[in-house]
Amino acid sequence: MSTVSKPAPKASFGERLKKQKYLQMMVWPGIIWMFIFNYIPMSGIIIAFKDYKITGTMWGAPWAGLSHFKEFLTDPSFMNIMQNTLGISLLKLCIAFPLPILFALLVNEVRSARYKKSIQTISYLPHFISWVVLGGLLITWLSDTGMINEVLVMTGILKEPIAFLADPKYFWWVAVISDTWKELGWSAIIYIAAISGIDQQMYEAAAIDGATKMQKIWHITLPAIKGTIAVMFILAVAGMLNSNFDQIFILNNVLNAEASEVIDTYVYKMGMRSGRYSYATAIGLFKSVVAMILLVIANFITKKLQGRSLF
Amino acid sequence: MKRTKGEIWFDRFNNVLMFVICFITLYPIWYIIVNSFNDGNDAMLGGIFWWPRVFSTENYEAVFQNEGLMKAFGITIARTFVGTVTNVFFTAMVAYPLSKSHLIGRKWFLGMGTVTMFFSGGLIPSFLLYKNLGLLDTFWVYILPALFNFFNLIIFVNFFKEIPASLEESAAIDGANDWTIFLKIILPLSRPVLATIALFTGVYHWNDYFAGVIFINNPDLQPVQTFLYRIVAESGSNQMMAAATNVTQTTTSASIKLATMVITTIPILCVYPFLQKYFEKGIMIGAVKE
Repeated sequence: MSTVSKPAPKASFGERLKKQKYLQMMVWPGIIWMFIFNYIPMSGIIIAFKDYKITGTMWGAPWAGLSHFKEFLTDPSFMNIMQNTLGISLLKLCIAFPLPILFALLVNEVRSARYKKSIQTISYLPHFISWVVLGGLLITWLSDTGMINEVLVMTGILKEPIAFLADPKYFWWVAVISDTWKELGWSAIIYIAAISGIDQQMYEAAAIDGATKMQKIWHITLPAIKGTIAVMFILAVAGMLNSNFDQIFILNNVLNAEASEVIDTYVYKMGMRSGRYSYATAIGLFKSVVAMILLVIANFITKKLQGRSLF
Repeated sequence: MKRTKGEIWFDRFNNVLMFVICFITLYPIWYIIVNSFNDGNDAMLGGIFWWPRVFSTENYEAVFQNEGLMKAFGITIARTFVGTVTNVFFTAMVAYPLSKSHLIGRKWFLGMGTVTMFFSGGLIPSFLLYKNLGLLDTFWVYILPALFNFFNLIIFVNFFKEIPASLEESAAIDGANDWTIFLKIILPLSRPVLATIALFTGVYHWNDYFAGVIFINNPDLQPVQTFLYRIVAESGSNQMMAAATNVTQTTTSASIKLATMVITTIPILCVYPFLQKYFEKGIMIGAVKE
């Protein structure tokens, strides 16, 4: 431990504070920043319970009680929005969540160190590509004259080209597959790191006992990264109402809106396009509260099942 | 150790599978590159998968001659540079005292930050705050709200905790105060974590388009990703692109779009492999409970 500004045992509060004045001076700008950019917006949530107009002040606006929440819950598009938000998230939980674990396990089995390193480097690459670029590429590729249709028709899989992004039927899959493509390698980093921390002697001992590769993975590797998986799972469940806004915002259009309208895009639409600040804030708050509940539930379940939890 | 027949087959299968995954990962980038180097009108016929059919650099020339796009690149470079330097320095500065267990108020500060990781005011209250602060339609709306990041702070704190205290002690004996120690001793020792956070922040600034869509009206202040977003997503995009760029006989709005994509993507792709060993570790440090 540092003794740089460590207090003498009986130093008074004032003396201790004086001794660490430089440290305090360094930390306070961060506190002030958090106050302004995190906590003031949090207090701005109050307009969810008011009828706020851009011309007035937040505090002066008349109270509206829970009317905005009621309106959202009875909004004709409410069911549709929830369905899309949860549907896309559940699909991601089933596909984009387990695949990086599998990928990490397989990368770990690659014998050549150089090949392994190259695979990892390449697998991180899509993470660094912006959603605008990827979205632009997808829009081009998935159009009825795009490359995907070109290939599918050429190989005879499709008779007629399909404009994938103009049909709500395909939107969820486009969202999930493109997201998986982009983040597969990046999401696997944490698992690869966890695997590389496993004691190699365990594998050697297992090999002497005649364990097969599958048995080693099942009985040594997976149990060793169980905790990491649990934490990532809790975070994924807690984020279920968070859609990948950057992604959805670029891929959605009027034609696929039925399948692509999620809470986040709806908040944007209501707030920024229609200027209904109070209503949009209420929807955002609804989302935050449900997310908190999901976090607590997921944490509770993993704790019960595995004895691992976030808090 | 001798491998069994099954294991040999598994290895072969695994190597091939990994090759396929790498191919699927790289191909879209390759596709953009080859098509961006092809004559625009010819590319419209499709079928360019592996190599340009009619090689041309005119798409790139069109991009570099376009004033709006060049301005947007300028904004992107400026916000990435200023945003990354300020965020990394500011976050590290706030994190250093928090790595000391004797800091008065430490628990409160960390608790206050942890709340922000799980709960936020959301889009509209933030928008209204920036409006009241006069940040809308200024360059600072890119910088100030992104000045600090609590998740990055935890990575810093965990890293600083591992630095041997003896180094700080000897400096303190020489009369250095905590601020000098932070600047002269801690920062130079923290290159790996600084590189990691700089990469995360830099990528955020470089790739972000939403701030430019929502907080900026002045077209001179939009970054290149926002420029691309408007071309890609908004209706009538092709006319807009045609109007925005000087489409010639051999370029089309689509081919210029591809060239822009390549130019925006390549810089990051050239940087991250060199930082790989740092961020692989950095993510792990962040995963350790605070």
